[in-house]
Amino acid sequence: MIAFMTRRILLGLFTLWVLSVVAFIVITLPPGDFVDDYVANLIGDAGFGTPVAALLEENLRKEYGLDRPLIIQYYKWASKAAFGDFGFSVEFQRPVWEIVSDKLLMTIIVAGATILFTWTLAIPIGIYAAVRHRKIEDYALTFVGFIGLAIPDFLLALALMWIGYFYFDFSIGGLNTREYVTAAWSMGKVVDMLSHLWIPAIVLGTSGTAGLIRIMRANLLDELSKPYVVTARAKGLKEWRVVIKYPVRVALNPIVSTAGYLLPFLISGSVIVSVVLSLPTIGPLLLRALLAEDLFMASSIVVILGAMTIVGTLLSDILLMFVDPRIRMVKN
Amino acid sequence: MVDKEQKPPAIQGEAAGNLMADGEMDLLEDEQVFVAGQYQLMWWRFRKHRMALVGAAVVILFYTSAVFADFIAISDPAKSDVDVAYLSPQTIHWFDGGFSPHVKELIGSRDPDTFKKVYTTKPDSHIPIMFLVRGYEYKLFGIIKLDRHLIGIDESQNEERRAPFFLGTDVQGRDMWSRMVFGTRVSLTIGLIGVALSLFLGVTLGSMSGYYGGIVDVVIQRIIEITRSVPTIPLWIALAASVPRDWSMIRIYFAITILIALFVWTDLGRVVRGRFLALREEDFVMAAKIGGASDVRVIFRHMLPNFASHLIASTTLAIPFMIISETALSFLGLGLRAPAISWGVLLQQAQNVQTVAIYPWLTLPAVPVTVAVLAFNFMGDGLRDAADPYGN
Repeated sequence: MIAFMTRRILLGLFTLWVLSVVAFIVITLPPGDFVDDYVANLIGDAGFGTPVAALLEENLRKEYGLDRPLIIQYYKWASKAAFGDFGFSVEFQRPVWEIVSDKLLMTIIVAGATILFTWTLAIPIGIYAAVRHRKIEDYALTFVGFIGLAIPDFLLALALMWIGYFYFDFSIGGLNTREYVTAAWSMGKVVDMLSHLWIPAIVLGTSGTAGLIRIMRANLLDELSKPYVVTARAKGLKEWRVVIKYPVRVALNPIVSTAGYLLPFLISGSVIVSVVLSLPTIGPLLLRALLAEDLFMASSIVVILGAMTIVGTLLSDILLMFVDPRIRMVKN
Repeated sequence: MVDKEQKPPAIQGEAAGNLMADGEMDLLEDEQVFVAGQYQLMWWRFRKHRMALVGAAVVILFYTSAVFADFIAISDPAKSDVDVAYLSPQTIHWFDGGFSPHVKELIGSRDPDTFKKVYTTKPDSHIPIMFLVRGYEYKLFGIIKLDRHLIGIDESQNEERRAPFFLGTDVQGRDMWSRMVFGTRVSLTIGLIGVALSLFLGVTLGSMSGYYGGIVDVVIQRIIEITRSVPTIPLWIALAASVPRDWSMIRIYFAITILIALFVWTDLGRVVRGRFLALREEDFVMAAKIGGASDVRVIFRHMLPNFASHLIASTTLAIPFMIISETALSFLGLGLRAPAISWGVLLQQAQNVQTVAIYPWLTLPAVPVTVAVLAFNFMGDGLRDAADPYGN
């Protein structure tokens, strides 16, 4: 167990390091840097004199360390990032962590709501489909599930936007009504947010729900054919008791243990949906940082998301080992 | 098995005779099963999966329309015509006296209040819709010069020379139908080429990992683990954003395809490795080795065909993921860019609520994306079931 954990943590750290290097290189790949854009804008907008601009350009590069070789830039950033200081965002003119932490909270809230939505919907439906095995309800649910899996979530977001606009006169997008966006946290803001949260939860959760229904159905079907279920039925237990008491509990195991995978998957997957629904999560921030070539900001976000993915995967593996002794045996 | 199929109670008289005949048929089929080849068995199994058959038909239809895009398109997808910008889908009138499908002539004007383009139709006009009409010139397969199109209007009769716009037009007055047909080409081939690439990576690295084991296995497994634990979408967006904007269409196309493939191969690699581990100890592998076959020959001639059908199934299931990926990237403006035409590029116009509300037909490219992805999923599901014809 301990050996396994150490190995996993070491591998996780190694992965993070590789990821940070790759992210850093990839983000600096496009020609030009942030200062180029910045100065070009100054010259264009304000009719800035070119010699002055050149001087400014040089000073800015020196200030942000962009004139140094890439490896030194990386070392300077990485050595601090390892201890939680992710540097300064040139695009926002504020420390990276200050901007990211706020959005990170929103991202986790959205992901949490999605998991809640997925579970409350998928588990009962999965049980129902398994109980009605090879009946019309089962086929219908399987078909709907397939569609849920097939529709790309950002298209679902578009469709919801369209429906909301035409039929409910309700502008979908964002997590708060306008007056609450910049307001401090209060009861009103929380309530307002909850009223918006269901849309991203549906959009992000649909494919996961469809997948989970299939898993739940398959697991339960396996259990239902086991002798102990027959025994329970033979003893004259009520049908719902026969199903709920033991088979469902066993069938739930894999679902509980994959929760850890779900969180990082959702955080990573919400990037595109967030752009469509203009959610204040980390996705649109990453996109903006990338397009502006805000090196520190973009690399930091990629690394932070990577860290969350790795921790999430590790947690789910540990959970799996606790829930299912058979896996514990194999790993050791 | 949870519920065994209940045999109907014995039937007497005439019905019993039929039952006998059925019984003989069953016997014949049973005997056929023993002599049928593997692929024959797989086909029989696949045939039983009705949704998979429908999926396969739809997939074939999509690829056919990709090949014959020019023929199916009504007008040149790149031709812009400001006079018909943002035209909503034109109504087809089916009857005029007798059965004669036609569209009405359009009169465009501007709403004096909103400056939005509004279109009215001339009530007594009649532009017949016909099959196999002459339209813009194109080259079929890049060689054969043609100007016939599946449907359209006779341009020599119609002075305005405007094709019917069944699905409306975009901001530049380009025909949405034709653009969607052309989008099929890029969107579906990206899936194929990407899958071929990830199949190559997955099979090569996976088979090496499973066949040789030891240090090779450890290194390749670590690579797979790292790739899998990386947050795919953020890194992918970062990679896509770093594709230079001044590259030619073809180069961007391949760059995006490679990017997508880089993250997909790990699944295939794992499948292949697992199979190789299981097969490595089989007698026929030992026999081949003793017979003096080279490693490459053992891997590709003896081992790979053993699970080729599984590979095909998992490959088919990877294609829809690729299609969605390309669409998502292009939709965000990080994938392909105009003048390239793909479903994602077309959907880019429908990015904000305003456009979706005022010009809802611009979201139509979402329909082929969903249908294609569904079709591939159903087909892949059927293939996966059929891949192991000797199972129950």
